[in-house]
Amino acid sequence: MSQINSTEITKSPRGSVGIERSFSKRAWNRFKKNKLALFGLGVILLLIILALCAPIISPYNPFITVRNEFGLANTSQPPSSNHLLGTDNLGRDVLSRMIFAGRISLSVGLVSVSIACSIGVVLGALAGYFGKWVDSLIMRVTDVVICFPVLFLVITVSTMLKPNIFNVMAIIGLVYWTRVARMVRGEILRVRELDFIQASRALGASDFRIIGRHVIPNIMAPLLVQATLLTAQAILIEASLSFLGVGVQQPTPSWGNMLNAATSITVLGFRPWIWIPPGLAILITVLSINFIGDGLRDALDPKLEE
Amino acid sequence: MQKYIIRRIVQAIPILFGITLLTFMIMQLAPGNPMVTMIDPSISMEDLARAEQSLGLDRPLIVQYWQWLKQILSGNLGYTIRTGQPVSALIGARLPATLLLTSTALVISFILGVPLGVFSASHKYSIPDYGLTLGAFVGISIPGFFLGLGLIYIFALKLGWFPTSGLMGIGMNYEGWPYFIDRVRHLFLPALALALPNMAAVMRFTRSSMIEVLTHDYIRTSRAKGLSAKVVLFKHALRNSLIPVITIFGLSIPFLFGGAYITEQVFNWPGMGSLGIAAITGREYPIVMGLNLFTSTLVLMGNLIADILYAFVDPRIRYS
Repeated sequence: MSQINSTEITKSPRGSVGIERSFSKRAWNRFKKNKLALFGLGVILLLIILALCAPIISPYNPFITVRNEFGLANTSQPPSSNHLLGTDNLGRDVLSRMIFAGRISLSVGLVSVSIACSIGVVLGALAGYFGKWVDSLIMRVTDVVICFPVLFLVITVSTMLKPNIFNVMAIIGLVYWTRVARMVRGEILRVRELDFIQASRALGASDFRIIGRHVIPNIMAPLLVQATLLTAQAILIEASLSFLGVGVQQPTPSWGNMLNAATSITVLGFRPWIWIPPGLAILITVLSINFIGDGLRDALDPKLEE
Repeated sequence: MQKYIIRRIVQAIPILFGITLLTFMIMQLAPGNPMVTMIDPSISMEDLARAEQSLGLDRPLIVQYWQWLKQILSGNLGYTIRTGQPVSALIGARLPATLLLTSTALVISFILGVPLGVFSASHKYSIPDYGLTLGAFVGISIPGFFLGLGLIYIFALKLGWFPTSGLMGIGMNYEGWPYFIDRVRHLFLPALALALPNMAAVMRFTRSSMIEVLTHDYIRTSRAKGLSAKVVLFKHALRNSLIPVITIFGLSIPFLFGGAYITEQVFNWPGMGSLGIAAITGREYPIVMGLNLFTSTLVLMGNLIADILYAFVDPRIRYS
């Protein structure tokens, strides 16, 4: 009789899963089952390694025109054993430029989303936790900013400032915080009324302690999902800006500004090696991040726990 | 119901003011004094000050904002810096082309996206469902300009089925049926490039909404009483699963107008987007701001319509 009792206790209400395993471990187990998400994670890790080791890996200097034995620039060469992806209009190695451009895309994605999340979490937390006029004010500002199509707003502001990578990061961050703020506010309204928050309030914890120590950790899961999906968006926006010529400027390579060459019909029709690889690079990067985001959403959703 | 609609419209008014305020604030960011670019650079400082005074540029910002707002409300979006043309007339001239492009894309994305989403949901976890889901992921991940360039490369340059750019054939005096065909052939690729990513979003949204509805008790009941799968799917499930799809209709408007910037540039489509890009390269801030003000107001109205539609079709929405 006593033996039966003890097995029942170790089995716990969750059955075979067991309570000793942490939430993150269980989430990782669910994430692992999603093949697309694992594929995405692999691609992004590979891209990070390529970006970190860019100067070692790239076969040529991405800024310098390659010259042949007669001292002439090797412009618009099709792919060959010397240049795996050919050379561009100025005779620069496309593959090397692609590798260096990966640094730009990934860092723009990470930095701009960090900015967006910082602003969004602070404003969303203030609105959700304090309610009343603080909430109305912050949410009305959010309503206004959300009315401007993102690309429109980003293009407009980037023409007012100097077009460089740091401004691009800042502008994207300053536009995307609204999504984070709305999500955080909604989550906080939900978490705020939970018993343990009431308990710590009763114990005399200050508002900022409650938000920082209890509320924010409880909304990390949806925040992580949102941040991942926004990173994909931010990379797309940077690529569009650079394609239009108001983002990252030549000679710094970015996948977006490499595609700008394809606005000439000669390049578009007859030199596909110049514009197809960077386009595919954007597609695969954004696709991989979206796969990861989707996998995270399923893995971190406690409702889906078996 | 009427009360609800009126309340939503009243709620939109402060947001509209917010839009004008934000636009005005961004305009203040613009580098350089508008006076210097407008007039003779050899003007003396006193004359410059007098000119500024006559235009009200020396007054406090809040007064300037009020003056500007009064102008906007009377339909005057200002004048271009170089040629002095009224901005509202310029936007008005480009509006029909953009509306044609965006509304075609909107129709395509819903006409194709909803049935594909329904199909995907009713064949959940089958090979076609995985294929469509993967396709939708590619659709939301592909940069609009790469998609546009790819479509031109394949269908215009390699296969020669469609023209590469423009609104209609140049120098052709088509009339009647040939004119219509010419317009459609020019519209096809840009509308497709704009529609595909939105269609992917519509499809994903319909699929998840439909899957959710299919788990409800009333669906099981109607299956149990022997209704055919078709009737259950299209008569009982579809109606309720389309309610949340209205949300994606509201989201489509900013997406399509934002996307038009890129698509119009790639396809040389003479709409508001290419006007905007030209204004940006030419530093014509009045046009840029006019476009911003115009589109964000349009988005606000789109959201309002989506909200009201939502209340119409979903009786669970409280009107209070």
